[in-house]
Amino acid sequence: MITTSQKQTTTRSNQSRLVGLVGRVRELGLLMVLLVIVVVVSLQVPQFLTASNIEQILLSVAILAIVAVGETLVVLTRNIDLSVGSIVGFSAFVVADLFKQQPGTNLLLAILLGCVVGLVLGALNGLLVTVGRVPAIIVTLGTLYMYRGLDFVVAGGNQVSASDVPDSFLSLATTRVLGIPALILFAAAIALLFAFLLRSSPSGRELYAIGSNPEAARLVGIRSDLLVFGSFLISGLLCGFAGVLWGARFATVNATAASGLELQVVAAVVVGGISTLGGSGTILGAMLGAIVLGTIDDALNLLKLSQFWLQAIDGAAIVLAVTLDAFVTRWLRLTLMIRRER
Amino acid sequence: MTIPSEPSIEIVDVSKRFGAVQALHDVQLTLYPGEVQALLGENGAGKSTLVKILGGIHRPDTGIIKMGGETIELHNPGQARHRGIAVIHQEPTLFPDLNVAENVFMGRHPRDRFGRVNWKQMYEEVEHLLTSLDVPLSVYTPVQGLSVADQQLVEIAKALSLNARILIMDEPTAALSAHEVEKLFVITKQLRERGVAILFVSHRLEEVFELADRVTIMRDGAHVITAPTSELTSEDIIRHMVGREIVTLFPKGEAEIGDVLLDVRNLSRKGVFRDVSFQLRRGEILGFAGLVGAGRTEVARVLFGIDHADTGEIWIDNTRVHISSPNSAMKHGFAYVPEDRRQQGLVMDFSIASNMTLPIVQQFSRFAVMDRQRENTISQDYSKQLQVRSSGIHQLVKALSGGNQQKVVLAKWLITNPSILILDEPTRGVDIGAKAEVHRIISDLASKGMAIILISSELPEVLAMSDRVLVMHEGRPAGMFDRADADQEKVMFAATGQVINDNH
Repeated sequence: MITTSQKQTTTRSNQSRLVGLVGRVRELGLLMVLLVIVVVVSLQVPQFLTASNIEQILLSVAILAIVAVGETLVVLTRNIDLSVGSIVGFSAFVVADLFKQQPGTNLLLAILLGCVVGLVLGALNGLLVTVGRVPAIIVTLGTLYMYRGLDFVVAGGNQVSASDVPDSFLSLATTRVLGIPALILFAAAIALLFAFLLRSSPSGRELYAIGSNPEAARLVGIRSDLLVFGSFLISGLLCGFAGVLWGARFATVNATAASGLELQVVAAVVVGGISTLGGSGTILGAMLGAIVLGTIDDALNLLKLSQFWLQAIDGAAIVLAVTLDAFVTRWLRLTLMIRRER
Repeated sequence: MTIPSEPSIEIVDVSKRFGAVQALHDVQLTLYPGEVQALLGENGAGKSTLVKILGGIHRPDTGIIKMGGETIELHNPGQARHRGIAVIHQEPTLFPDLNVAENVFMGRHPRDRFGRVNWKQMYEEVEHLLTSLDVPLSVYTPVQGLSVADQQLVEIAKALSLNARILIMDEPTAALSAHEVEKLFVITKQLRERGVAILFVSHRLEEVFELADRVTIMRDGAHVITAPTSELTSEDIIRHMVGREIVTLFPKGEAEIGDVLLDVRNLSRKGVFRDVSFQLRRGEILGFAGLVGAGRTEVARVLFGIDHADTGEIWIDNTRVHISSPNSAMKHGFAYVPEDRRQQGLVMDFSIASNMTLPIVQQFSRFAVMDRQRENTISQDYSKQLQVRSSGIHQLVKALSGGNQQKVVLAKWLITNPSILILDEPTRGVDIGAKAEVHRIISDLASKGMAIILISSELPEVLAMSDRVLVMHEGRPAGMFDRADADQEKVMFAATGQVINDNH
């Protein structure tokens, strides 16, 4: 009797350790990949591993990372938001144009405007998905073009350039706090906030439940539609905010701003281990995914390889990540089963 | 049982219609605190609809639900739970990506004073709950890797953690081993002592007689009878359920047993089963008995080429064969009717005809175009032979009752004209009337010379249907009994891993 219970206890703790490890496999794996890239590239190009280059990488990733946080929430619920690039672009133009027309605009008011634009567009996505019952991939593929079209209508071929906007706007991207660029701090703060909410707020946990088994979520009384709507809303909001930062960072904004961003965002999220089938993944993973892709981008630049490589590598990273995921899932299930039978 | 003062919940004249189907027709049900009531009826009798109305998933078209004398409305599952009604559904409804503890508490996480999820408290409470249930599961395990039985135990833990006043269990024992069923019964009896009102749906009559104080029987969406269990015999119950007399439950016909067709020698698969050997003859039904997780299904999966053996040999007609895939297994004459028909056996969104002809769809096409005419003729033929009750062969399979779905799966494989048929729990979740029909079909097939492996967790079924019984225990063969020799006690002994003296 005693031996049985002892055996059980050991099995239990082994099992939880194993499961805990596997839960971290994706993040550890990404860190390893990152490490390999860093070692290999810095042997070739010494300036790769300098503070200024690292800052450069993080800066290039920051806006993408903010959008990826919202995308993570959506993908966790077994949905997808393909309209993020268009929302960022639209928000960026609206805000930059406002500064062009009225240079004296209060910065906070402008940020608010960008956020409201994002909220409205995100809400439309959410409504179409939850009330309209149209699959998210169709809805957001449609709004990807709709929002971009709206951008063209509003911009009408005009362009806002750095000389048109006041320094107060541009300072949003150039300010440093304790020596760290504000852009990076914004991204880090947003990532931390949502990592906390996903881990520790009941609604955050319920997002996982919805993606993991929608029917079961309904049975335990989770208000799925509300939460799915909320995730699209937050995705829109973060895109709106990211649009403001985009305008401040690049200063030159026309109707094509942030085109194609959606694919980079989805790539970061998927490489970061957020299952496209919903229910699993973490913000940390998505952030690492964004950083790995950003680092590869930077390395290719330094190695003076063609930019065309970049797309191929991004694509390969997605395929590799999803394949790896399938293997890990299968392996985990098998291991747990074998353990149980012993 | 003494009738207590006030019912826990009352269902009065409830009707529910889904499209053209009248699922419930003026149904009555009264549950008292401290009673266990069994809800019986054939599949399609309306039990699950009634359970879903109590769980707040469906709302009645007419009729009322009363609690504590007042009429209540249950608009959604959350409200039902709030009223103290816990439901354990027939199929586990869990979150595969989340761990055991979170599955128990999903939708009502314990929070600390900042409103954060209190993980520590959650783990402790679930750990405590599982210990009290005597379930050796880690609270950190993702549900993904658990067997159906373990998932059912998590469901039970979830229901218990609600401290419900009314507990509704829709076939809770279907996936459990005898030991687990026993534990569940002990818990159920404890809850009854505490004054919980319990409604449970089951197809196993012996469970009903062991546990239930009263029995309510439904047929075709209507209430037939409610009576104390002590006033009913099995024959009464079956008669009320099917509305006709059934002579025997297991009509095993005589079949001429021929030559050895399948010879399995020392088959092993690492971590799953070891040293499995047996012979199967034409016209013979070989029963596979054992507890859930004993490795029976796993052997079947290897024979059918889904998984692969590490060592061992498979011989058919004195020729050694290598089965590399289900396709090659089919070429060698195997057919496998899996245990989980929802996931593995049927395409729910396809019609009866399309499902039946799925394995031989290639043969039906000319110049890459489906021959619908032949598909229809053949599926019509099998529908008639197996007496599939439907509105026609073009009805979608998801609209059929469990028993009829099972017949479609069976037909699907019979159409391939197999010589060796492996049936994995062919009557699980199937009502008694349909069960007898499935048994009749199996026995017919054997008498036509088909060699059949019958995996079943219901001992009476295995014993009555099989010519010989192979018992497995924890991945190893634990005994082989001839029909004349096999009885419940011997098989149970072997299945639980106890040594049988007279075999050595």
